[in-house]
Amino acid sequence: MTKVISIQKAAAINPLKSSQPLGAAFALLGIDAAMPLFHGSQGCTSFALVLFVRHFKETIPLQTTAMDEVATVLGGADNLEEAILNLKTRTKPKLIGVCTTALVETRGEDFSSDLANIKRKRAEELAGTEVILVQTPDFDGAIEEGWSKAVTALIGLVRHEAPKRIIPGRINILPGWHLTAADLELLRETAEAFGLDAIIMPDISGALDGTVPDRWIPTTYGGTSVDAIREMGRSAHTVAIGEHMRTPARRLREVAGVPFTLFETLTSLKSVDRFIALLAEISGRPVPARISRRRSQLQDALLDGHFHFGGKRIAIAAEPDHLFMLATFFSGLGADIAVAVTTTGQSPILEKVPATKVKVGDLMDFEDLAAGCDLLVTHSHGRQAAERLGIPLMRVGFPIFDRLGTQHKRTVLYEGTRDLIFEVANLFQANLHPATPEELNPFRNSGEHHDRDTQTAHH
Amino acid sequence: MLKAKIQDAFNEPGCDKNVAKDDAERKKGCAKRLTPGAAAGGCAFDGAKIVLQPITDVAHLIHAPLACEGNSWDNRGAGSSGSNLWRTSFTTDLTELDIVMGNGEKKLYKAIREIKDRFSPPAIFVYSTCVTALVGDDIEAVCRHAAQKFGLPVVPVNAPGFVGSKNLGNKLAGEALLDHVIGTVEPDDVSLTDINILGEFNLSGEFWMVKPLFERLGIRIRACIPGDARYLDVAAAHTARATMMECSTALINLARKMQERWGIPFFEGSFYGISDTSDALRQTARLLVGRGAALDLIERAEALIAEQEACAWAGINAYRPLLEGKRVLLNTGGVKSWSVVSALMEIGMEIVSTSVKKSTAEDKERIKQLLKDDNYMFDAMAPRDLYKMLADNKADIMLSGGRTQFIALKAKMPWLDINQERIFPYAGYDGMVELVKRIALSIHNPVWQQVREPAPWDDNGHLIGRATAPEVELAEDRDDHFLAHHRKKFVGADASDMAEC
Repeated sequence: MTKVISIQKAAAINPLKSSQPLGAAFALLGIDAAMPLFHGSQGCTSFALVLFVRHFKETIPLQTTAMDEVATVLGGADNLEEAILNLKTRTKPKLIGVCTTALVETRGEDFSSDLANIKRKRAEELAGTEVILVQTPDFDGAIEEGWSKAVTALIGLVRHEAPKRIIPGRINILPGWHLTAADLELLRETAEAFGLDAIIMPDISGALDGTVPDRWIPTTYGGTSVDAIREMGRSAHTVAIGEHMRTPARRLREVAGVPFTLFETLTSLKSVDRFIALLAEISGRPVPARISRRRSQLQDALLDGHFHFGGKRIAIAAEPDHLFMLATFFSGLGADIAVAVTTTGQSPILEKVPATKVKVGDLMDFEDLAAGCDLLVTHSHGRQAAERLGIPLMRVGFPIFDRLGTQHKRTVLYEGTRDLIFEVANLFQANLHPATPEELNPFRNSGEHHDRDTQTAHH
Repeated sequence: MLKAKIQDAFNEPGCDKNVAKDDAERKKGCAKRLTPGAAAGGCAFDGAKIVLQPITDVAHLIHAPLACEGNSWDNRGAGSSGSNLWRTSFTTDLTELDIVMGNGEKKLYKAIREIKDRFSPPAIFVYSTCVTALVGDDIEAVCRHAAQKFGLPVVPVNAPGFVGSKNLGNKLAGEALLDHVIGTVEPDDVSLTDINILGEFNLSGEFWMVKPLFERLGIRIRACIPGDARYLDVAAAHTARATMMECSTALINLARKMQERWGIPFFEGSFYGISDTSDALRQTARLLVGRGAALDLIERAEALIAEQEACAWAGINAYRPLLEGKRVLLNTGGVKSWSVVSALMEIGMEIVSTSVKKSTAEDKERIKQLLKDDNYMFDAMAPRDLYKMLADNKADIMLSGGRTQFIALKAKMPWLDINQERIFPYAGYDGMVELVKRIALSIHNPVWQQVREPAPWDDNGHLIGRATAPEVELAEDRDDHFLAHHRKKFVGADASDMAEC
């Protein structure tokens, strides 16, 4: 069992985390015609918005209740009501997702009864728009927790009155936040190869995979429709990806009786085999030849790629499920997870990470631990550490603001695992250091050369 | 305390717009109340950090739960010629437990000690935020105590997000410098030609395009605040002989109070545009001579201006054939430099529309004279309308900030960033040439023709037009030689070529 080490210092230096409400908004961006609304000061929204824009290079719908000092002292219910009504009139969304922030949570109000009041009082004005609440103070959790809470809140929209007819050819997929738009498209196509219709929720492909609609749209576009969410109770099965999807998957089972299978990762041959077998079982169809062909390509990639991975020391800093996915990927090819840093310490998946210990911390902890490693694996903020340490950086997760095309990269199933192998192997090949005579000298560790690294060694 | 500071910030005799208000109006402040659900822009903390963070060798410590710093660090492209400590992010990252147990002040004190031990910066700036202000953490007391204990300046910046807008935060940051930094160090190399520049952020290193102009005249920049600044230079800024203030809405209170307190005269200027840059050099020389610098400074400045202007105009005029008659949509929060606009017009570009959201009455009068049509001015345009204007091809390029970038791009319209996230330096004489070059490159990029070309099929996937024509031709003539010829003809052809076959 991997040891999880908690934070011991007072100053976080170069944060690894993005905030919990940002994670919740991220999930809401995967719902069609949705408008995430941060209940807090306008800065809370502005910072998250700018970060999303830098990552996705897209317009991001995200609004604020604009809490000022007076509203903070007197209570925010009026601001919340005004914001919801304004959004409804201006953008006509199908869904408004209220995400609380540290400011309003520190003050502490009864948000759910405030919201229930607003919905009752304004039922007429709000007709046709669902409003949900996600409690996501910034002083707790990170993206993963926010995403999980938002998806759980969205499950609240699922219609569950009996009797219901199950649609045998339909499944639900609850992807973790760390899957890309391309991953979701791939999951859908793979399900379709078995004749299965998949409701993916949330589905950030569509709005956030870089398309150009022919008119201006103020809300999200693409993504899971509210109607589809309502129908999720009639699906034959739910596939959840990542430990943080267990809570929403369980919730869906509780409210609508849909059984679920949880995949801790889909970035290894074995786990993808299990996923494909599940689809074959649910659909009652044989595995299509083209999927077998992809599997074979992955086998070949594993064979060709393993030369570059064996014995390499990898340093990873990522949210818990993402860390698990990446660490098992690297260790599955013979690399050594020398450093594992994560955002929060609660997830049970951390104990399964193939490393001796996982440090809950920031990118300065990461930088301190990663000296001497062969590869850094984290988001774009790792660039300063990579520069100082002189170690190549593989950019993963969120935010990635200094590279294009992140959303089109596949990271799951046979294709995604294959692509990742090539990406890493190419990074290593691009950063090869030819050996020097000193490094290869058989006497390099004996007395006469003991301080060979210093200038005085040659006197 | 903070209340008084905010009221003070709203009373600004240096600001024309402010002076024009009556007492009641002035008390309400510069910003209108934000509308919940329809607000955009940063908070006061954001504004304070923007102003102070580019001071390169200072450790900037944000006393807050994660989001305030975690979602926003290392996000601005200011250049540093020295320390990179400003790009290192420090926050107390308060947890629920810290807040419930009231551990905030203790954690802050410990964080200051950790930073001092590991990085030994010349100073630490501590920023309060909504949550820490709400729970009543006394950051001024903690900073005072830490400063005594550790023997280094620890500066409280009291601008929690919920007190107001980004602009108010800018001003509160200026107040923090006045209260705790400027005037605390006496340099031993004061000269009659030392100046300060306020409100210059050195984005993309653009201040380095104008700094050598001053140096060539023997003028030393004592402190450029905040771009590429060192703490000790800022602390000694009170010894300068004159101040140039850029971006007036941000730091006008600082310029005015430095004049009141230390008698440093200031002028408002800009490095954007040729005549503005010349004016900045001219005014600086005049102020310095007025305070005892050698008289020939004015002559030398004029000579430099004449030489540099000729050079810049030659550079810009090279782009006239590419830009003459092209239409510009300006969508920025009040055009700060009219000389940019007039330079664009000088080479034959047409300004079809401009936002006057943050412009003063005087600005609007200038726009009227320049554009000769009131209809060109708009206060704020809804994204939908802006999109329509661009999609309807009413302009050839939009110049704006990042916020409206995707409106232009999704309308398949050239766009150039002229705000803080831009990656090209546009200051000074060379900068104006660079700007004109970027506009030309943007408008004439072949990508616009490609993206505007519709797919050769309709919404139902049926082919439209004569896209199938080559096959018809091929079917009529079976001659092998002819076939080979035609196949060759379409090698490298794309969808747009096919439509014309």
